[in-house]
Amino acid sequence: MTTVTEYLLLLLGTALVNNVVLAKFLGLCPFMGVSNKLDTALGMGLATTFVLTLAAVASWLVERLLLQPLDIGFLRILAFILIIAAVVQFTEMVMRKTSPVLYQMLGIYLPLITTNCAVLGVALLNVQEQNGFIHSLFYGLGSALGFTLVMVIFAGLRERLALSAVPAMFAGAPIAFIVAGLLSLAFMGFAGLPTH
Amino acid sequence: MYAAIVVLTAMGLSLGFVLGLAARLFRVEADPVAEKIEALMPGSQCGQCGYPGCKPAAEALARGEASVTLCPPGGRALAEELAQLLGVQADLSGVKDAVPMLARVDEDLCIGCLKCLRACPTDAVIGAAKQIHCVLPEACSGCGKCVDVCPTECMQMLPIEPTVRTWRWPKPVLAAA
Repeated sequence: MTTVTEYLLLLLGTALVNNVVLAKFLGLCPFMGVSNKLDTALGMGLATTFVLTLAAVASWLVERLLLQPLDIGFLRILAFILIIAAVVQFTEMVMRKTSPVLYQMLGIYLPLITTNCAVLGVALLNVQEQNGFIHSLFYGLGSALGFTLVMVIFAGLRERLALSAVPAMFAGAPIAFIVAGLLSLAFMGFAGLPTH
Repeated sequence: MYAAIVVLTAMGLSLGFVLGLAARLFRVEADPVAEKIEALMPGSQCGQCGYPGCKPAAEALARGEASVTLCPPGGRALAEELAQLLGVQADLSGVKDAVPMLARVDEDLCIGCLKCLRACPTDAVIGAAKQIHCVLPEACSGCGKCVDVCPTECMQMLPIEPTVRTWRWPKPVLAAA
């Protein structure tokens, strides 16, 4: 199998089959919190994509260049959190300069990407599965794209839900959780895709 | 062990350096008027003006959407200063000439519920669960948030008591001409 198809399958596998939100249940806070409007969900997804990919690569570099040679793997979580926080801060500065509207819309959720467990989860999974550099990059990018896809789908569903006649006892958060469950079930269908 | 210390320190320093550079590079010019207004505000983010904090309130003032009398903790003094800064005529009739007030705990009524402790934006209330609380006058900004949450009404806003350091002779009263 050529490398190109291998990486395409890796992207597909991480985005759809092993989706961070619906299969690994990581990053549920922004998934429920920022999915009320399609625009903000897309913005959040793209910001997270940037942070997740950059953090996956940067934490791989730190793992291989610092933690492994010096045999200080016990510092892994601390070091990764430090990197993620710095990357998020950087993204915030860039976004404030380039897109003030999106900065206003995302509000408090932008700094909260730091505590999005999907970002740390992917960085740690990369170490656990002993992925190479390019592999880590695509693993991060695929997971982030999967996150964005799910955010957009869910926000679209919730926009329609807001207009439909939901029974009073299910209105609001309960129906959102039910829809999230159904979406997760639907994504289980991707488990049959060939990933190798 | 030394490797761990050195690595973490080096990472923190270098990331901080990069972020500092980025902050210079991606500087957003804020409204200079809003910045000046914010410097005048009490800065305790109490939210009594209806804005989420002092910065949004300052921005609204700079845009001309809010009145200069919006800040209750700032009282008349702040309203006058803001009116001077913005060059507007302030209608000060509605403003109470607020004597600087501080929160104080009535020890007979305090049940040690910790509610005021959580509400305080300046961490001026000290105490523990089921222990009588106390307000540190140096830290209290007089925003009155603790009064609203106190279930036994033991928290009161009282004028600042003169201490040995702050007491002054009262001004001489002029005899009626």
